[in-house]
Amino acid sequence: MSVIYILLTVSIIVAIVFFVAFILALKSGQFDDGYTPSVRMLFEDELVKTTKTITKTNNKTNHN
Amino acid sequence: MDINVCYHCGDTCTDATLVLEDKSFCCNGCKTVFEILSENDLTCYYDLQASPGAIPKEIEGKYDFLSQQKIIDKLVEFDDGDTQIVTLYIPHIHCSSCIWILENLNKLHPAISLSQVNFGKKTIRVSYNLESYSLKALVLLLSSVGYEPYISLEDYKTGQKNVNRSLIYKLGVAGFAFGNVMFLSFPEYFEVNEFWLDQYKHTFRWIMFTFSLPVVFYAAQDYFISAYKAINTKVLNIDIPIALGVVVLFLRSTAEIIFDIGSGFFDSLTGLVFFLLLGKFFQQKTYSFLSFERDYKSYFPIAVTKIFNNQEVPVQVYDIKKGDRLLIRNQELIPVDGILINGRAKIDYSFVTGESETVTKQSGDKLFAGGKQTSGVIEMEAIKSVEQSYLTQLWSNDVFSKNKEDGFTTLTNAISKRFTIAVLTIALVATVYWLFVDSSKALNVFTAVLIIACPCAIALAAPFTFGNLLRIFGKHKFYLKNASVLEQLAHINTIIFDKTGTITSNKKNDVKYDGLPLSTSEEMLLKNTLRGSNHPLSRSLYDILEANNIIPLDHFEEYLGQGIEASHNTQNIKIGSAQFVGHQTDTEVLNTSVFISSNNMYKGKYTFYNSYRKGLSKLFNSLKKKYDLVILSGDNEGELENLKKLLPAKTKLLFNQKPDDKLEYIKYHQSEGAKVLMVGDGLNDAGALAQSQVGIAISENVNVFSPACDAILDATKFNQLYHYIKVSKSGIKIVKWSFLLSLFYNIIGLYFAVTGQLAPVIAAILMPLSSISIVVFTTVATNIVGRKLK
Repeated sequence: MSVIYILLTVSIIVAIVFFVAFILALKSGQFDDGYTPSVRMLFEDELVKTTKTITKTNNKTNHN
Repeated sequence: MDINVCYHCGDTCTDATLVLEDKSFCCNGCKTVFEILSENDLTCYYDLQASPGAIPKEIEGKYDFLSQQKIIDKLVEFDDGDTQIVTLYIPHIHCSSCIWILENLNKLHPAISLSQVNFGKKTIRVSYNLESYSLKALVLLLSSVGYEPYISLEDYKTGQKNVNRSLIYKLGVAGFAFGNVMFLSFPEYFEVNEFWLDQYKHTFRWIMFTFSLPVVFYAAQDYFISAYKAINTKVLNIDIPIALGVVVLFLRSTAEIIFDIGSGFFDSLTGLVFFLLLGKFFQQKTYSFLSFERDYKSYFPIAVTKIFNNQEVPVQVYDIKKGDRLLIRNQELIPVDGILINGRAKIDYSFVTGESETVTKQSGDKLFAGGKQTSGVIEMEAIKSVEQSYLTQLWSNDVFSKNKEDGFTTLTNAISKRFTIAVLTIALVATVYWLFVDSSKALNVFTAVLIIACPCAIALAAPFTFGNLLRIFGKHKFYLKNASVLEQLAHINTIIFDKTGTITSNKKNDVKYDGLPLSTSEEMLLKNTLRGSNHPLSRSLYDILEANNIIPLDHFEEYLGQGIEASHNTQNIKIGSAQFVGHQTDTEVLNTSVFISSNNMYKGKYTFYNSYRKGLSKLFNSLKKKYDLVILSGDNEGELENLKKLLPAKTKLLFNQKPDDKLEYIKYHQSEGAKVLMVGDGLNDAGALAQSQVGIAISENVNVFSPACDAILDATKFNQLYHYIKVSKSGIKIVKWSFLLSLFYNIIGLYFAVTGQLAPVIAAILMPLSSISIVVFTTVATNIVGRKLK
């Protein structure tokens, strides 16, 4: 039954790992702006379209 | 003429010549932005949202100061000589098109490596390479596509702002501990005598103890600090019984596991702290794009142009010394008191005094800081430094350093006083009783009473009620600084309004003509002349007059600050000030007028009146039953008759009030017991807004700056003011009902505590149950109340 010590240790370590992950995520500032990313993720299509055309016009911009 | 809508900014187009790729534009600025964007394949900008743009402003020379290293160092947050990172505030950010274009800035210039928008704060963070680019170039680029950043004296401080996330950390710690302790304490709840359980219960208990340490010493520390401060100042606030409860919970639980009496109340302890912090977090609703703490610094430029040895050099505002020659451009703010040297000064002092008319100054006249030059370039000589100027002096009034909440006892604190005394009395009486009956139980009962009566539910009632109301108000464009403002709003009995910009809208569009009637040809000429002018008065007059055929003018000339002159065939027309058209006025003019003469014969004048906000009379009539109403205006008495017709007879009307007068007026009435709500809009009301119990700033556009205040109200919702006050009153009622509800739980808990049968499982059920039911009740009730708002 002393296996319970192992179980306790493992479960608490797992819990602490998640807790640390939460703190780190908070510190990184990813929860500071809850709106912009939700809009940003919808932009992919236009960007692809523009990058295609950008390669054409790149010759223009590369010379400065 | 067909009315088109500008493809870029959505304004109506009056100029038919600006058409490009069958899209019409209202002005050259908008057309240029479209050209820039289409050259760079960024026309998706217009697909995401129709007409998302802003008209780019004239910024000739405005940002020259950004070439000074000293100023750049203060603005950028990172600089290694190769790359710079800067965060700029852009008021125009308002839709997904804005995000898209601003995050694709690198298409406009390859030196920009990354640009990230924070929509909530309306800021953009840009990193760019210094080899081929600079901060000034970036600002000019942003301005050229209609996203002019707002850089004010307030930004003139080094380093990044630290975000305070300590509450969320604490919430995380408490929640983490609460969850784990709940699991660990579960086996012991039902006190079954089971072999394995008895073997390992000590392990479980000590782990729980370990989990509760960070909760007590870190997460709950604010309550201890606040309670300590309250005891020092001899006030009983709600944090005292909370801190007491936490201490007793922790000490008794620790004693129980040391002496092997029981499993302790660690689950209730961590749960209590978690719920309390949750309430705090919920109440901490901030509108990150609004600032309630503005002073003159947000209005002032960082730098102005100084004339030194006939050279124009940008100079930091704080470095202006007495005797410096300054160049003030059109639409720029005068940063220091000084003397006009040359140029046509037409100063708009509405910022400082509330007077809406511009003042014309001659060379040698004194100019005051805070005025805005509105026609052309002027030169002035500084006679004071920034700190000593008149406007800055306003802020030295101690009303700005006072914290309004200090003098106000919240409902929760008022009740906690009685509550604490009652709980301590019950605890003592019960302990004394048990000392005689069964002394072994006495300490148990004493601590049990303090534990179960810990006013968790009481402490949660106000944060959740007010927090939710703040959110509901925010949806209806009424933004409050914090919950205590809402409580104060319910207690007011006097409402004071500023006039200009508050009860009137900023657009002057009521026009009256008096004079000789104009002939058809004169009308046609008038209309066509106005078409060519960009002066705001010409524009509004043009919009009001009937449409006419477009005729080509033979001659057109605009005299800055005076008027316009135009001719067609044999007709000549002059539009402008009385002097300009050669008309002698005998009465002093109090209103804005445009005079007209045709072939040098005075014809008449168009007089502009403020137009009052929609629903003003109705609002005043519904308010007058319960409140004393006052109008305090910095303006002249030109509108007195108009106001008398509009407003209830009892309304007091006072004109020509300087900012200090307003402040003193409120102070005086407060000393006579008035609870004042001040509604204003400008810097000139800042003192009054700060002095009153509640200061509401009205704003036509909440992204534009409002003075320091307790709440910001969108101008379109002005006529709803009465409903907001009513709802805040209902909020107070909801809090009171919640108190009753939590009292009911407390009585049940106290029964167990006083009789000495409080088991951990009862505490573990009662405590969250009471807290959660309070949260549910307040949320449902406030949502029902909030439906009243339109």
